[in-house]
Amino acid sequence: MVTVASADAHEHHEPQSFITKYVWSQDHKVIAIQYSLTAIAVGLVALVLSGLMRIQLGFPDSGLVDASSYYQFMTLHGMIMVIYLLTALFLGGFGNYLIPLMVGARDMVFPYLNMLSYWFYLVSVLVLMASFFVPDGPTGAGWTLYPPQAITGGTPGADWGILTMLLSLAIFIVAATMGSLNYVTTVLQARTKGMTLMRMPLTVWGIFVASIMALLAFPALFVAAVMMMLDATMGTSFFMPAIIAMGQQLPHEGGSPLLFQHLFWFFGHPEVYIVALPAFGLVSDLISTHARKNIFGYHMMVWAIVIIGGLSFFVWAHHMYVSGMNLSFGFFFAISTLVIAVPTAIKVYNWILTLWKGDIHLTVPMLYAIGFVVTFVVGGLTGLFLGNVIVDIPLADTYFVVAHFHMVMGVAPILVVFGGIHHWFPKVTGRMMNDTLGRLHFWITFLGTYVIFFPMHYLGVLGMPRRYFDYDYEFIPQSALDLNTFITIVALVVAAAQILFLYNMIWSAFRGRPSGGNPWGATSLEWQTPQTPPGHGNWGPAVPEVHRWAYDYNVPGASADFVPQTEPQRGPSQGHGHGPEQPGEKGHS
Amino acid sequence: MSHWVKYDPSRGTLDPDGDGRSWQGPAGRGRAAMRGLLIFLLPLASMFALVISAYMMRRHVGDWQPIPLPWQVWLSTVLLVGSSIAFEVARRAAALGHIHDIRRGLLGTGVLAVAFLGSQLWAWFHLQEQGYYLAANPANSFFYLMSGLHGLHLIAGLVAWSKTRSALTGGADVASVQLYVQLCAIYWHFLLVVWLLLFGVLFWVS
Repeated sequence: MVTVASADAHEHHEPQSFITKYVWSQDHKVIAIQYSLTAIAVGLVALVLSGLMRIQLGFPDSGLVDASSYYQFMTLHGMIMVIYLLTALFLGGFGNYLIPLMVGARDMVFPYLNMLSYWFYLVSVLVLMASFFVPDGPTGAGWTLYPPQAITGGTPGADWGILTMLLSLAIFIVAATMGSLNYVTTVLQARTKGMTLMRMPLTVWGIFVASIMALLAFPALFVAAVMMMLDATMGTSFFMPAIIAMGQQLPHEGGSPLLFQHLFWFFGHPEVYIVALPAFGLVSDLISTHARKNIFGYHMMVWAIVIIGGLSFFVWAHHMYVSGMNLSFGFFFAISTLVIAVPTAIKVYNWILTLWKGDIHLTVPMLYAIGFVVTFVVGGLTGLFLGNVIVDIPLADTYFVVAHFHMVMGVAPILVVFGGIHHWFPKVTGRMMNDTLGRLHFWITFLGTYVIFFPMHYLGVLGMPRRYFDYDYEFIPQSALDLNTFITIVALVVAAAQILFLYNMIWSAFRGRPSGGNPWGATSLEWQTPQTPPGHGNWGPAVPEVHRWAYDYNVPGASADFVPQTEPQRGPSQGHGHGPEQPGEKGHS
Repeated sequence: MSHWVKYDPSRGTLDPDGDGRSWQGPAGRGRAAMRGLLIFLLPLASMFALVISAYMMRRHVGDWQPIPLPWQVWLSTVLLVGSSIAFEVARRAAALGHIHDIRRGLLGTGVLAVAFLGSQLWAWFHLQEQGYYLAANPANSFFYLMSGLHGLHLIAGLVAWSKTRSALTGGADVASVQLYVQLCAIYWHFLLVVWLLLFGVLFWVS
């Protein structure tokens, strides 16, 4: 076994200077931290933007935000949260840190490409931020950037704003492609001895499938961005129909805005699951570890991830029910949308059955994991409403949709992000995060987001339209306006409470209680490293050898309540032993 | 070629190549690079497929006027086929370890690929002269977009090609030269298939 290690160890020279170690680093752990900190930083910008929007909605007389800025903030808030925060954090942050450690590799297979991926990501963020400083500011087209309004005068940032946005997206796509290529190849190619695909922790499965989806879906956005840039700068008519603006005929003719919508949502819907699948994976590991119980139905969980990933490429047009489409198209997409609820529900049942009769430790990561399951169910159920054409049409342009997607793909994945950071923080820094601050932050965030987004369902059913800067209309009752003020106050409190989390993270990194190598008593490989934080090359002289799946908690007859993956099977009795010890060989559902 | 590491209860983990040998640790750089390249072809295939489907959807709108393909694209198709054949010659020479033949094959590839790009540019100028500008009609826009995207990817391929050549002239070991040549050849053939598809779409579906 030692020869195996030395054979590939010579490729990993430990970098010496500060610059090569922490700035131009090719070490997946450093790149993961770079990705995470950049994503969190840009996420805070988006959080501030949402606060400014809420102030406008709750206190329309404050005059803090004008109509143009409101739309610009809305656009940037959505785009940053979905792409530059969640996608980058789950794939670039968690993916980079956890994949090599969890599969027992010394690093990604293409470390240089991995470094490039981060720097491209950083450039894309800087270009996006630069759009605040171009003439007329960033684009205000809404995060979906629908033409023709995105590049037609009258929309804020229709000249420079939209171009910087499209350029930034194109650079981000290059970064994400380089990253995903690395994650997929590493999972397929660099697993250690004994780490079969069906022994991988579900975190790796979630990120693996999400990376494949990113490789297939992001090109759609890339193509759309290139075409729209040509429409905006060269006067082509890919998307731009004949338009008379300000009494003048624009040079475009015949272009199809629907074509853009198809391309955008062919990327956009898989994107939802590019964010959700890693969250599913992380949460499965959090629940199993902190309930001290093997994950229920591991095989089902894996196949559900794969099936959701596949199905998500056949549902995109459910975002376009109100754009006008053939009736049988709508029928097809409604069916495929509802079908995706089946594997998703399987996952939810399995999480609950994992908790069932478990030795549940209500640690902070566990609180976040349970918070995720609850929130995801709530957000998912309203998705069933909206998946039906006939229900969607009256609700599509109301706050009901805002509530739905914030619950299901805003709050739910962010809860996983918090849970995941609390869970893996000891491995990254060697110190625990403060428990009291963590709990306080959890309860404020969890309950607060419900107070914010639950009333929005009601506002939506009431008919309050979304994307409006001001609700000074007859048909909006005073009660709705009061509710808006209430939501704003809660939103500002919850936003301010995020300082608790930042403070906890920074303070704990330097002053937190030393954690030791495996504070949670977890089985998967990243907790079995010889050093914490893991050194360069992760495993010291010899890479670990895997003998079992990642979920051997409370195995009858074992000395501790967990058995690490590196622990050899006992004797020849394995063939007829417990089901969970041989998950690669037979189903045990 | 199997991508999966197999597990056998009696013999432990088996090598992914499937000869029944036991697992010798993570694969070498060569196999990782090969799989990396094959996976990289996924997003590229996705991108060109999406451009083609956008073409199919857009051409049904009334303002579409088919563009007469300039004769130069026939020339460039022949040049690209030739470039791919030359790379295949180089690849076979590399597999046998015939350094001299690799050099000749690579040179031929490079010359033909640059000639292909030149011929594409010639086609563009030819269209410009006749008034088929980029923005004049969506069919024109798609022609420029498709040939442009394809050309950019070939230019990126030429960067890898020059790296292969400098590895060859710089006296790198035979194994890495073989690897580079093999990787580039696959990419070249992929781009040839993409061009034939784009050309077929532009020619028949207009």
